[in-house]
This record gives sequence, structure tokens and C-alpha cells, in this order.
Amino acid sequence: MKKLFKEFFKGIGSENPTFRLVLGLCPTLAVSTSVINGLGMGVAATFVLIGSNVIISLVRKSIPDQIRIPCFIVIIATFVTIVELTMKAYAPELSKALGIFVPLIVVNCIVLGRAEAFACKENVFNSMADALGMGVGFTLALLLISAIREILGNGTLFGLLIVKSYEPVLYLVLAPGALLVIGLLIGGINFLARKRSAA
Amino acid sequence: MNKLTVSSSPHIKSNQTTKNIMWTVVWSLVPAGIAGIYIFGISSLKVMILCILSCVFTEALFLKFRNRDPKTVLDGSAILTGLLLAYNLPPQIPLWIPVIGGVVSIVLGKQIFGGLGQNIFNPALVGRAFLQISWPVYMTTWKSPRWWPDAVSSATPLAKEVNVHFSYMDLFLGNRAGSLGEVCVIALIIGALFLLITKIISLHIPLSFIGTVGVITWVFGKDGFFKGDFIFNIMAGGLTLGAFFMATDYVISPLTKKGKIVFGIGCGVLTAIIRLRGSYPEGVCYAILFMNAAVPIIDRFTKTKKYGLTTSTA
Repeated sequence: MKKLFKEFFKGIGSENPTFRLVLGLCPTLAVSTSVINGLGMGVAATFVLIGSNVIISLVRKSIPDQIRIPCFIVIIATFVTIVELTMKAYAPELSKALGIFVPLIVVNCIVLGRAEAFACKENVFNSMADALGMGVGFTLALLLISAIREILGNGTLFGLLIVKSYEPVLYLVLAPGALLVIGLLIGGINFLARKRSAA
Repeated sequence: MNKLTVSSSPHIKSNQTTKNIMWTVVWSLVPAGIAGIYIFGISSLKVMILCILSCVFTEALFLKFRNRDPKTVLDGSAILTGLLLAYNLPPQIPLWIPVIGGVVSIVLGKQIFGGLGQNIFNPALVGRAFLQISWPVYMTTWKSPRWWPDAVSSATPLAKEVNVHFSYMDLFLGNRAGSLGEVCVIALIIGALFLLITKIISLHIPLSFIGTVGVITWVFGKDGFFKGDFIFNIMAGGLTLGAFFMATDYVISPLTKKGKIVFGIGCGVLTAIIRLRGSYPEGVCYAILFMNAAVPIIDRFTKTKKYGLTTSTA
């Protein structure tokens, strides 16, 4: 039981997929222009992560080692299709805003990486805890980056105008701004982690 | 012979220090600044002061944060960055933009790479590129010289839909709209001559840069070949400022003469392409930034031969 909690919190903190493992940066950069998009992508990726981790962990003994990657992709693609069709039906504006990055969750490095590094070696409960932790960590990272970019770059939050007398920094809602925000955040987190481990 | 100096080399020292070089460049930029204030009014002075103060304070803060001596900010490099950034801005820009530009120039253009001598890109141009992308409307609203009778904002000579005709003398003396430091070509040339006489810069980069822009705009400038107006292109825009003062920065240009010529040609090609076919009217800023990124490769391919090394097998 303690191990489950450890796996869960590891995904949020010390092995956060965006800031520490630096995985899945491509969708992070692209969809973090607003908090709603970031939240939608985070929830979708978490669902896919949980589903794929559980199934892969359940059938891990029957997958031959040489063809494990295509098998993982098939399983992951099933869950991504579920998410994509559900999003198109019940949240069409979100689906249009995220565009091609929902189908691209299939090759998201976080999903594939956790399947390869964790789910095919551990039992179901550990895999589920890990998937939940990684998904929540990814979503929190996306929320932080999106909040910074949306508030400073657009003056809004959740689409509502927050700051009135303020000229938004257009740089932050474009691609180079995403790289800048993520880079500065990773730098800041590394600095704090180093200070903490030196203390 | 009772005074024998016993020490190790070097025994002959030049009096060129970083501080000397930086301050000489700052002084050589002063004529262009005076011209900018004369042509556009007191708002140019406000922009310049704010840029310089913002750069100096940011650098002092950052040095303190990194546990270095904040007094090294007086070596002139932050002041030079602030002045160059100010010369790249429109003269009537809202005053919070130079402040933010100064912070970005120093933090993102210089200090996070490791400080003086470690940066890859020209810090003033990093700041200007950031400001251009962030607030494009403010960065492209130009004010006409004080003695023009019509409206406050006007188009620069390089803008595609210009309907005012500029004579060569207008461009040379600065009788046009533009960034506050780039318009008066003669003031910039006076400063550049000062730098050339004190041997701080060499002619390789400016000549190859300006020459390449001239050649390409001559060949491809208008419809049909060899009909382009290359004198116009050489004097319009920020080419003189960029070629003499920003591309020649020691830290971000190649080491060897051959490398410098390659660097100048590359800058020229990119500037000409952006001016003729790109969607920006002026390309000097981005061309220099691009070539700054290519400097390590240029350095690697233009290494000088070492003395005494032969490749023959004895």
C-alpha cells in the first residue's frame, strides 16, 4: 500500500514527466496556450495512460519481447480512439482547439515511455498508481505552463478577461514563448531541487 | 642597475581593457544619439536613458544574485547594450517597453548564458526581437522628424507602400522616419570611423555585410536583373547601425578574418532576402541573430593553420 502511494507521488513530484523526465514536450508546447486546452489535454492523456498501463500490465506475460512496441501501440491507440470520439461528441470546441494533438497522444512519449519502462514489468496495482501519478503530474505541469502563458500573454484565464489595463506579451502565446516558459520553469525547478538537496 | 624586474611574462601590456573598449564604443555611438534627439525630439532621450538604466540595474541585480561583484556593471557592457537597444526602438514608444526590453536583453541575451563573453547572441538584438514579437504595433509605429508638417506617425523608407519620395541626401542626413539611432547615416559613419581609427573594429564584417546587401539588391532589387537601387538599400533601414556596431561585437562574431568575411556575407544575404522577399520590411536584426548562431560552425571551418605542423610522414 505504501508502495502505491510512493509510485503515485513520484509522478507528481520527483519524476514529473514534463519538468524532470522532460517527456511529451511536443503536445505540451502546442496546447498550453490556454488553461482550458491544457486541462483538456491533461485529462485525455491521463485517461489513455491509465487505460493503457492497466491493460499492458495485465497482458504483459503474453506479449513477446521482440514485438512489444507494436503491441503497445495497438493497445494505446484503442484508448486514444475512445478519447477522441468521446471528445468529438461531448466537447467539440475542445476537440477542435486541440486539433491533431489528440490523435497524437498515441505516440506521446509519456504514454509509450511508461508502458515500456513500467507497465510491462510491474503488476496491475503499481502500474495503475504510476499511471495516475504521471497523468496528474502531466496535467498539473500543463496547468502551470498554460496559466503563465495565458495570463501574461493574453490577459485572460479560462477565457475570461482578468487584467484590463495591461498590454499582453504576445511573445508568450507563440511557439518561442512556450519554449521560453518551459525552459525557465525547468531551470527554476532544477535550481530549487539543487538547493534542497544541498541543504 | 639596481632595479631588476623579476617576474614572469607578459612584460609588455597593452592598455586595452574590456572597460576601455566598451566605453570607446559607447562614445562612438554618441553622435548618432545626438542626431536622434535632434531629429525626433526629447522622447529619444527618454528612451535612451530608460534603456540604459534598465540594463544597468538588471545586470547589477543579476550579478548580485550570482554572487559576483555588482560593481563590474560599470565596465560599460550593460550601458552599451542599453544604448544599442535604444537605437533600435522607435523614438516615441511607450516608456515601459524600453524597461522591459532592457531586462530581457540582459537576462535572456547575456546573463543566462554566463555573463560577459559567454553569450551567443547580441543582447540588444535579442531584446529587440522579443519586443518586436510581443508588441508589434508599438514597435512599428514610426514618428516623422520634428520639422515635417504632417501627422505624427508615418512610414519608413523601406515600407512597401511608401508614397513619399526620399532623396539620397535625405537618407544620408536622417531626414526620414525610423528607429532613433539608425536614421542619421553620417553620424553613424563618424562613430564608425572613430572605431576604425582606434582599431577596435576591422573593416571585414561591415564591408562584406554592406557590400553583399548592395550586390544582391542591385541584382534582384526590381523586376529584371541589375536594376535595383542599391544606394537606397544601403542607406535605408538599420544597415549602417547593424553592420558597424552590432555585427562587429567581439563575443558573437568569428575569430579569423576569413570567418568574419563569411559572417558578413551571410548577414548580407539574409538581410537582402528578408528585405526583398520576406514579410518584414527590415531584416538586419534577424539576419545578425541568425548568423550569431552559425558562428561556431564558421569558426570551426576557418581555423588558421598552426605554425610548424606538417602532415607529411617523415
